[in-house]
Amino acid sequence: MKLMIPLTRLNEGDGATIARLDGGGQFQRKLRTSGIREGKTITILTKQPFNGPIVVEIDGRETTIGRGMAQRIIVDVS
Amino acid sequence: MKKIIVLMGNPNVGKSVVFSRLTGAKVITSNYPGTTVDYCQGCLRLDRKKYDIIDAPGAYSLEPTNRAEEVAVEMLEKADVVLNVLDATNLERNLFMALELLERNIPMVVALNIWDETKHIGIDIDVKKLEKLLNVPVIPTVALTGQGIKGLVENISAAETRDVVEPTSEEEKWSKIGRIIKEVQRVKHRHHTLKDRISDATIKPVTGIPIAFFVIFLAFWFVRFIGEGLINFAFNPIFEAYRPLAMDLSQSLGGAGTLHNILIGELIGGEIDFVESLGVLTTGLYVPFGMVLPYIIGFYLMLSLLEDTGYLPRLATLSDTIFHKLGMHGHGIIPIFLGMGCNVPGTLATRTLETRKQRFIAATLLAVSVPCMAQIAMIFGILGPHGIGYIFIVFLTLFFVYIGTGLILNRFVKGESPEIFMEIPPYRRPSLITILKKTWMRIKWFLSEAIPYLFLGVLLVNILYAIGFFDLMGNLFAPVMEGLLGLPGEAAPSLMVGFVRKDLAVGMLLPLGMSAAQLTVTAVVLTMYFPCVATFVVMMKELGYRDMIKAALVMVCAVLFVGSIMRLILLGV
Repeated sequence: MKLMIPLTRLNEGDGATIARLDGGGQFQRKLRTSGIREGKTITILTKQPFNGPIVVEIDGRETTIGRGMAQRIIVDVS
Repeated sequence: MKKIIVLMGNPNVGKSVVFSRLTGAKVITSNYPGTTVDYCQGCLRLDRKKYDIIDAPGAYSLEPTNRAEEVAVEMLEKADVVLNVLDATNLERNLFMALELLERNIPMVVALNIWDETKHIGIDIDVKKLEKLLNVPVIPTVALTGQGIKGLVENISAAETRDVVEPTSEEEKWSKIGRIIKEVQRVKHRHHTLKDRISDATIKPVTGIPIAFFVIFLAFWFVRFIGEGLINFAFNPIFEAYRPLAMDLSQSLGGAGTLHNILIGELIGGEIDFVESLGVLTTGLYVPFGMVLPYIIGFYLMLSLLEDTGYLPRLATLSDTIFHKLGMHGHGIIPIFLGMGCNVPGTLATRTLETRKQRFIAATLLAVSVPCMAQIAMIFGILGPHGIGYIFIVFLTLFFVYIGTGLILNRFVKGESPEIFMEIPPYRRPSLITILKKTWMRIKWFLSEAIPYLFLGVLLVNILYAIGFFDLMGNLFAPVMEGLLGLPGEAAPSLMVGFVRKDLAVGMLLPLGMSAAQLTVTAVVLTMYFPCVATFVVMMKELGYRDMIKAALVMVCAVLFVGSIMRLILLGV
């Protein structure tokens, strides 16, 4: 069974597989071209307090993503 | 016809280093994405053929999402040959733009840059196979050391159009990338290194925020250390050696008269005072070289060091929460850092922000409340004798002005404030030679920028003074100065001069005999009211005249408001 949740629901240190990017073409392209793509394993490095950005790691690369954008990255935790 | 080579690639892949290797040109590079916000043009001579080389700003794809990317795509239109620079340690996502470029059917050569790092982090790439799959020459390079550049040059001159590549959809490109990666790349598992642990500690808020404060404190301590060291051991001795020479000149000019006033200025107690005399050859030389330049050197050394280690993107991440409330995002800290050296490069750096709203807020706040090195020198110059407490009040006020004005602008400026989305590059050990070179280039830039304005400034002061313009202005603005700000009307002319060069105002303010509290208000007002004319021109270009008028209005309102509040608190009247 698949369990889909937004990236923001993961805790620090958690990993999951990216399932879906909810957003327009430009949003999807922006994420994909910077390495955030469906099927990739994503790990939460840290969540900055007060709804600050989330820092994730994919393929050994770190990226800072705002909460709103992270909300639209749907991951599979099953 | 000269052929045009355009360098294309993702941000932070070392394109600018490749460019400087090819052209011998000196360009500024850093370990944070988006340093090149404008294109650079150079020349390459090869087998008696000449090429123009353009270094386009970094872009993730050919569908632009910000101004820098738009410039990159515009540049591509001119290309006879494309040199696509890829980050070998990050091949997969770099390939997207490579495939997009191939579909443009322009002769192309690929540079697989940062090749040396692949071995360190356990990535193995089959270059021959990649070359076959892409059907263009692929050359591993290490631009920093120059490895592979020769091969690159040979391939550029031989580059030709191959079989026509048909356009494909985004989906198709990604699946093609998946196939290519599977065939050419092997990644070995890697252990957590010390570097990773440092990286983690500096980006997690619990440890990262204290570290950030410590780093900033250290940075400014370093600037002061270098600056004061240079003043005490280099610049002051030079000026003391120069003093008798200037005195001789003063005497041969008869100690007074128009020419004497312009060149030497006024003698104070029969002696030249380098700060207050206000002559082209006294104050005009001393303020920029003896007071500002030493700190500029220290500042740019520190900035280059911070940039090249890769710390700034971490600072941007940690401060994003605050900047987001001000309508920008973490990237907004980059213009501030650059702006503390000089507001002109700071204003240019606002281009890395995505929307008009963000750029407007960043540029306006920069102009209103981020003092450049000349302004900082001015603040220290007039308040230094009264103690560090007053200087602290000035910086604290400017900090609150930045936050306050930002909160207000975020509410009232229309437009989008997209969130932060930024790659965090790995820490790199900065190379001493690169840092020194970069510092030297920035200082040279500052000097070529500063010298014309400085002479113009001093000349203007002396002429306006001679024709009585300042008295007129003093009278005209006396109601604002005295009534609203509680300052003597005579301080008004220094504000005019401040428009040309803020640091020159020091010499004009000191003789007025204002109290420490009055000087504190003056320092804040002088920092806030308008940026210098050079910044003004750049802002006009970046924002357009309509937004510039709005920004100027914000500046005037802010300075009058803050000035009168400070007057109430500090002067108690």
